[in-house]
Amino acid sequence: MYARRVSAPDTRPGYVPSADDAALVEALRAGDESAFMQLIDDYGPQMLRVAMLYTPTRAVAEDVVAETWLAILDGLDRFEGRSSLKTWIFRILVNRARTRGVRERRSVPFSSLGDGEERSVEPDRFLPPGDRSAGHWAAAPARWSDLPEERLLAGETVAAAHAAIEELPPAQRTVITLRDVEGWDANEVCDLLGISEGNQRVLLHRARAKVRRALERHLQGAA
Amino acid sequence: MSRAEISCAEVVELVTDYLEGALDAHTRSRVEAHLAACDGCTGYLDQMRQTIVIAGRVEPDRLPPPLRDGLRRAFQGWRGRA
Repeated sequence: MYARRVSAPDTRPGYVPSADDAALVEALRAGDESAFMQLIDDYGPQMLRVAMLYTPTRAVAEDVVAETWLAILDGLDRFEGRSSLKTWIFRILVNRARTRGVRERRSVPFSSLGDGEERSVEPDRFLPPGDRSAGHWAAAPARWSDLPEERLLAGETVAAAHAAIEELPPAQRTVITLRDVEGWDANEVCDLLGISEGNQRVLLHRARAKVRRALERHLQGAA
Repeated sequence: MSRAEISCAEVVELVTDYLEGALDAHTRSRVEAHLAACDGCTGYLDQMRQTIVIAGRVEPDRLPPPLRDGLRRAFQGWRGRA
């Protein structure tokens, strides 16, 4: 009934409340269960993933998500549309997840970006120092846009990407999921997670590098 | 056009900033000059773009059914109280 909405980042000056959000809030207030279930399906999985960054276990994360939805319903009358509904929902979620995480003494996942240098590509893919073309590719990576589309976008290929994403460290997994799987823009992700644009880009860079490598193995059988 | 200014290994680490539009103009020019003359990095950039496209095809998770059902019941309870 309600199409998946792409919300505008509400950090811009002059944010205009969305008519879709207002209609949805009205439907919820009127007790429209299908509107609520649509909202659950749109945001719930991401809410669970984000909560898991802050909570020690998945079970606690599920509690946090459930509590958040109750807080949202109880707080509907106070939603004034000054931010998008999505932003409002996720802010409540993150606050609850953080509180719960602190209570359960879970370390904050974005306090450090982990060990300093990560290489996107194995150093032996480049010609070594002393070579006439030191630092350049030993063998040029193949263009995947030259592959048949049914191979590139096959279920197995997408599954390989999904598996690689699931293997990522939590912060990298969250950022690439929100940005590339869910289509959030950079501002929304930074705002939600309370990280700088630079930090967000580092996490995205590392995540994408690993997924690319996994896809390369899948598509070409090479490391 | 010379690609001696910036190495492929450096370009690889700049790829995300490049795609995000976060490079300063000078660095962006150097990267673009390098790409124009380097099949390897052009191939790598293409792979990165396709990686993003493929990631976009990953189906979002579903909520576990017990949680989803519990939320539905919570809504019904809330509605009944309102």
